[in-house]
Order: sequence, then C-alpha cells, then structure tokens
Amino acid sequence: MSPLVGQVINLFAAVLLLIAFAMLAQRRIVTLIHLFALQGLALVGSTTTVAFATGQHHLYWSAGITFALKVVILPLILHRLIRRLNVKWDIETLINIPTMMLVGILLVVFAFNLALPISQFSQSIARGTLGIAMACVLMSFLMMITRSKAVPQVIGFLAMENGLFFAATSATYGMPMVVELGIALDVLVGMVILGVFMFQIREQFDSLDIHHLEKLKED
Amino acid sequence: MAQIASLLAIDGALIVVAGWLAIGVAGLAALHNVRLVGRLLFPLSALLSVALAGIALLALPGTPQTAVLAIGLPDLPFHLRLDALSAFFLALLGLASAGISVFAGGYFRQGEGTPPGLLCMHYHLFLASMALVLLADDAYAYMVTWEMMALSSFFLVTTNHRIAEIRKAGYLYLLVAHVGAIAILLCFGVLQANTGDYTFANMRAQHLSPFWASCAFGLSLFGFGAKAGILPLHIWLPEAHPAAPSPVSALMSGVMLKTAVYGLIRVNFDLIATPLWWWGTIALGLGLATAIFGVVFAAAQVDMKRLLAYSSIENIGLIVVGLGLAIVFNAYRMDALAALALAASLYHCLNHALFKSLLFLGTGSVLHATHERSLGKLGGLMRFMPFVAWTTLVGVIASAGLPPSNGFVSEWLLLQSFLFTGELPNPYLRMLVPVFAAGVVLVAALAGYVMVKFFGVIFLGRPREEKLAQARDADGLERLGLAWLTAGCLLLGLFPVAVLEVIDPITVAMVGKGLAQSGHAGDWLMLAPVSAERASYSPLLFFLLTLSIVLVAFALVRRFYHGRVRRAAPWDCGFPMQTARMQDTAEGFGQPIRQIFEPFFRMRRELPSPFDSAPRYKVTVEDPMWAWVYLRIAAVTEAASRLVGLLQRGRISIYLLYSFVTLVALLSLTQL
Repeated sequence: MSPLVGQVINLFAAVLLLIAFAMLAQRRIVTLIHLFALQGLALVGSTTTVAFATGQHHLYWSAGITFALKVVILPLILHRLIRRLNVKWDIETLINIPTMMLVGILLVVFAFNLALPISQFSQSIARGTLGIAMACVLMSFLMMITRSKAVPQVIGFLAMENGLFFAATSATYGMPMVVELGIALDVLVGMVILGVFMFQIREQFDSLDIHHLEKLKED
Repeated sequence: MAQIASLLAIDGALIVVAGWLAIGVAGLAALHNVRLVGRLLFPLSALLSVALAGIALLALPGTPQTAVLAIGLPDLPFHLRLDALSAFFLALLGLASAGISVFAGGYFRQGEGTPPGLLCMHYHLFLASMALVLLADDAYAYMVTWEMMALSSFFLVTTNHRIAEIRKAGYLYLLVAHVGAIAILLCFGVLQANTGDYTFANMRAQHLSPFWASCAFGLSLFGFGAKAGILPLHIWLPEAHPAAPSPVSALMSGVMLKTAVYGLIRVNFDLIATPLWWWGTIALGLGLATAIFGVVFAAAQVDMKRLLAYSSIENIGLIVVGLGLAIVFNAYRMDALAALALAASLYHCLNHALFKSLLFLGTGSVLHATHERSLGKLGGLMRFMPFVAWTTLVGVIASAGLPPSNGFVSEWLLLQSFLFTGELPNPYLRMLVPVFAAGVVLVAALAGYVMVKFFGVIFLGRPREEKLAQARDADGLERLGLAWLTAGCLLLGLFPVAVLEVIDPITVAMVGKGLAQSGHAGDWLMLAPVSAERASYSPLLFFLLTLSIVLVAFALVRRFYHGRVRRAAPWDCGFPMQTARMQDTAEGFGQPIRQIFEPFFRMRRELPSPFDSAPRYKVTVEDPMWAWVYLRIAAVTEAASRLVGLLQRGRISIYLLYSFVTLVALLSLTQL
C-alpha cells in the first residue's frame, strides 16, 4: 500500500468530518442539501480509493450505489420536497450554533477515544478513520436532536447513515453486499415514508415545525 | 386382577383424559345441538369420571407408576406419575365431576351466552387439564396444564360474556390466577436448586438450605393460595363463582380449589424434604384468618352463590389449618399426629368437593326454576322443589359439620389432632395452638349459622315473591347428578373408617406413618383415630340411634297425644295481616354477625326516612380487602406510572436526546 493512498483516504475522512461540522452549523436548508450531496461524494471517493487499494471489487459496486442514491437521487428528492413544501429556511436551532460546535468537538474527542482500542485490532488500511466515522454518526445524531423542523431532521438521519457506511468501509472493508443493498433500500423507503409524513404534518398543523407534535402528548 | 388393574392405572387415567378431550372436540362439532350435547356427551363424560375414580381408587394403594408423554417441546416431554396422593385427588376429581357432569347435561340450555357445544369443549378441556395437573411429574408439564386449567375455566366463567360484570369477574380471576402462576413457577425454580432439571424426581433429591426452602414454602403458599383463595388473594372467588354457570361454579369450587391444595401438599410434604416448624404456624395463622373471614362474610351475604363462595373460602381455610398443623408435627417428627392432621385435611378436601358441588348444583336448580339469585326474593321453595330441597339439606348438614354427615367427621378429626398439641416441644406453640383450636371451633359454629341461613331463607318459610309458586323441581339428569353427590356425602359420613383406610397410603408416603399402621383404626364400625380410650365415633350407630329415637318419639306422639292430624291455620301472634315480607330476611338473619364483626365490614346502608311512601332498605357489604390491599396496590402502581409518565414530554428532540444519551452512555461503558 502506497502512503499516497493512505493520505487520500485520510483526506476524504477529513472532508467528511468537516462537512459534518458544516452541516451542524448550517441554517439554510438548500445549502444543507448541497452539503449532504457533497458528503455523499466524499464517501464515494473514499470507498473507491479503498476498493482500488485493496482490490475488493464489491466495494466498487457499493460506491456506485452510494453515488446513485446519495449524490443523485436523495438530493433530488429533497430538492423537490422543499420546493413543494415551500420551505427554504431553517429559522432557528434549539441550541445556538457556537455551543453546538463546542459539543461537536467534544463528541469528536469522545469518538476518537472510543475508536482507539477498536482500530488497534482492525486489519483495514483505513483503520485510523474509524474515529472520524463514529464522530460523523454522533454529530448527525446531534443535528437531528437540535433542529426544530422536519426536513433538517431527515437530512440528519440520512447523514447518520453516511457515517455508518463510512465506519463499515473503514473498519472491515464494507458490509456484505446483501446488507448494503438492504440498507440502501431501507434509506430510500425511509425517505419516501418521511416525505409522506412531512406532508401529513403540514396538512395537520399548517407548518413543518415539530413543536406542534407536542399537542399529541397525552396528559 | 387388582395387580393388572394397578399396572395399567396410569394408562387408564390417560385414556379417560383423552376421552374427555374427544368429547370436547365432539361438542365443537355439534355447536348448537343442545340435545346431543346434553343428553349424550355430558352423561358420557360422567361415565368416564366414574371410570377415573375407579381407576384411581384401585391404583391408590399400589406403587407409584410413571409415564412419559411424547408431547411438549423437543427434549422436554411431559413426565407423568401416579402415586397415592395423585390417585386420591384424581378419585376426588372423578367422584365430584361424575355428579356435576350428569347435572350439567340437564342444566345447560340454548341461548345463554356461549353456545353449548363450545361450552362442552371448555368444560372437558377444564376436566382434562385438572387431571393432567394431578398427574404431572415435572414443572414444565405442571405449569402448562395449570395454565390450561386457568384459561379453560376463565372461558367457562365468562360464559355469559355479554354482561359487563361477568367480564370483569373473569378478568379479575385471570389476573389473580396469573399472579399465582408466576409464584408457582418461581417456587419450582427455587426447588430445582440450579441443577436445570425440572423433574419432580430431581427436586425431591435436592437438599435446600433453610433459607431457600423457606423461600419455596412462601412462594408455594402465595401461588397455590391465589388459586385456593387464601386470605388476601381470595378476592376473585366471590366474583367468579356467582358469574359462572352453576355446574362450573361447582367444578371450580369443589375440584379446582383442591388442585391448589394438592399443589401445597405436593410441594411442602413431598418435594421439600425437611419442613421447618414456623412454616406450620404461618399456614395455621393464614388458614384460620381465611376461615374466620370466609364464614363471617358468608353470614353477611344476600346472594346465594356469593354466600357459597365465601363458604368455600372458609373451608379452604380449615384445610390449610390442617396442613399447617401437619407441617408443625412433621417438623418435630411426631409422625402419627402429622398423619392425623394430614388425613383430616385430605378428608375435608373430599367432603368439601362433594357437599359444595352439591350445594352449588342446588343453587343452579333454584336459579333455573326461579331466575333469582338474591336470597331476599326466594323462600318456601321446599314445597315446590322437594327433591332439590332434600338433597340440598344433606349438603347443608354436611357443610354445617353436623353428625352423622361427612363434614362432621373431618372437622372432628381436625379438632382431635389439635388436642395433642400439648406434646409439642416448643412452649410458645403449646400456648398458641389451643387458641387456633378455639378459632376452628368458632368457625365450625358460624358455619352452622351460615347454613341455617342459606337453607332456611331459600327453602323454608313462605315464598317472598308470587312467581315462586311456579317453580318446578329439577328433573331427569339434574336429579341424577344431585342424587349421586348426596349419596357420596352420606356414604363418606357413615363409613369414615373405610375412607381413612383409603387415605392411609398417602400419609404413609408423605409423613411416614398412617393411621391404620399405628393400630388404632381397623374396626370398620368405630372410628378411633388415636386410641379408643381417648375418643371414638361411630356415625352408623349414631345415625341409627338418632333415627330410631326420632321414629319412636314420632310414633309415641302420634299414638298417645294427637292420634290424628288436624290442619289449621297457624297462630298469627294476634296480628292478622301477615305477608311473606314479614319473615326474617337474609339481611335480618345476618344482622347479629354484622353487628358483632362490624370493624371487618365496609358497609353502606340506605335507610328509608319515616315519611317515605315507598320505603327502601338496602345494605351492601363490601370486602375490606379491596380497600386494605388492592386499592393500595393500585394507588402505588398509578403513582409509579405517573413517574414514568414524566419521561414522556411529547417533543421529538427530547426523545432523540434519550436515545443519544443512552448511546453515549453505553459507548462509554465499553471504555471501562
């Protein structure tokens, strides 16, 4: 393995993490979707690099699927969704952005600390990036928690899946093809369901603000 | 011949069980055909019951037999075993269910909730599962059949499921049954002592430490107590018995409660090798409290089936008192006395199965003839239903524990065993146990009071309602069932020595000594459980003597005093306007008891004002256990669920935060 390949993988990992931070800080929904597509692209890059470096052919396939799904189809659906729902702004996060960035940094430290013993046992060339993958997962989760509108939450959910996928490639050269296909299908179906759900929420409350869901609570 | 019969006994019992199941399925095929179900299937099942009783009685003195059924989970077949104890309770099941099934054949009619065919299936599933409970020889088979028994009886209780109250009663029953089943399961878990082998044979081989043995005892008392109706867990009985059709009430009260007693004996005398003496005092105390509670509440009831349900609680209390005494004696290795107390309990089980079934069936006939359950609207039925009245009278005498009935024998034996507590080595027990004996006597006396009320208000006096004059006596199959149980009560009362000889192998197996073995019984006429000098009783002589005195007196009076019968209106005490409403009512009869035991009752009285044009007097007596135990449990549960409810904030962010925090916490745990 040439050091260049390792460097490239690390670069992609760094880009992923950077984008995760950017998503955490971003308020505009359209930009958020662009960032999500970009993250997908970085994931495709890293997967292809790993496939090239190790000669695992099935990773090409998963890179292809990732490209089709996360760079092309899902962003397109999301764009259509916000056009039809007519929401471009995510007005306010629940916690202000600098605080969230600080929490994000803490999460990254935590994730690296966590990944340390695991990556020692891994044989993968991308083992150093496991911490980044976990940080991505946790930060996307954080984004889901702190957004008050439905669309950014869905994007957070999808980004979390990106992190998971990256963790799988970096730790064990990807999951078996069947599992990967299953997850891809899951994400697609989940997207469709959530889209329907969002229309329902808007119809019910004339808004996509999930604060309104609090009315459903039983006293 | 007997050898062959005893060899095949367990197969015979299984054939009877299979026959019952087949009858149940046949009932399913003839769902709405009352005639077929009533005239053919139920009498057929009664024949099977008689066969089972015969097989069990033949097998009783023989050696235990085992069988393995190939049903169940892979590698976990049903182990079955027929020993003396199982055989005794199987005989009890057979004898009681024979009468009940015949009666049921004439009792169930179209248009009362569940269709008769389905009812027939539930009924026979219930019978079959009870037989299998008694045969089970591993915890797995026991629990499966135990649950089958609970579920099938639940469906029987909720036969008239369109009535909300009955659904509620059924739910309560199911709830208590399951709480009890959990305790029984845990009890078996303790008994197998971490060996992972749940057969009873393995449990017998374990030697538990006193702590774990006590745990097993406590769990068994709780679990089987829930089914039998020991004090705080009796709550379902007075609800479920009136809700169920009468043959079902009879079967539940007469037989199903005894399966719980069987479980108690099986665990505490057979599976646990070394009992501790203080278990016995707990059982004594709980049993006596249950008995007093049951009899006092029975005296205050105005619904005839509720009254009988409370009376069942009382009888179970007496049986548990006997078991407690047997445990105490057994712990101190006073085998002969333990045998006496245990035999008294078993005898009372058998008696209660017969006379309580008889009384419940009697109420069933009354219910069908009058459509009334409230004692306040019955009365004077002896004239219109003489057969039911006379058979019920036998049951009433037995239940009241009067000689020469069977109820007297078992209560007398129980009191006899109390008389020897002076020989106990523990001074506190010596002081305490006579108090229990006094309590048992009180219960016996009050039971007589309750039964006078039951019989007097229903059958004697004048009809309190006009429509009672149209009441028709039971006929055909119903009569046959009542007559069978009546004959059973009489025979058990008149030939106690024979019954004790049947019980003997059980006490030999459980506590190591029998009554006949110690050489005191054996004279077929005279029952002398300890020694002829101390006490002896001959019901047959007593009966004949009483009968001859009555006949002679009757003849003499007729001969020398009136010489002729003169019919005239009875003296009206100088008050010419008498109506049936002026008779002593059920409420009035129970009033002294209500007065004396007032602190135990939660009563609500509605008194009419002097100016009411239509005065109404109403008193409702509630079970205090609801307020003391159950409502408190409910309140604690509600408070706890409110605390859990605090977690529910209704905001997705918070919910996500929960999973996030959980995730981070679990991940940081991996660091440790």
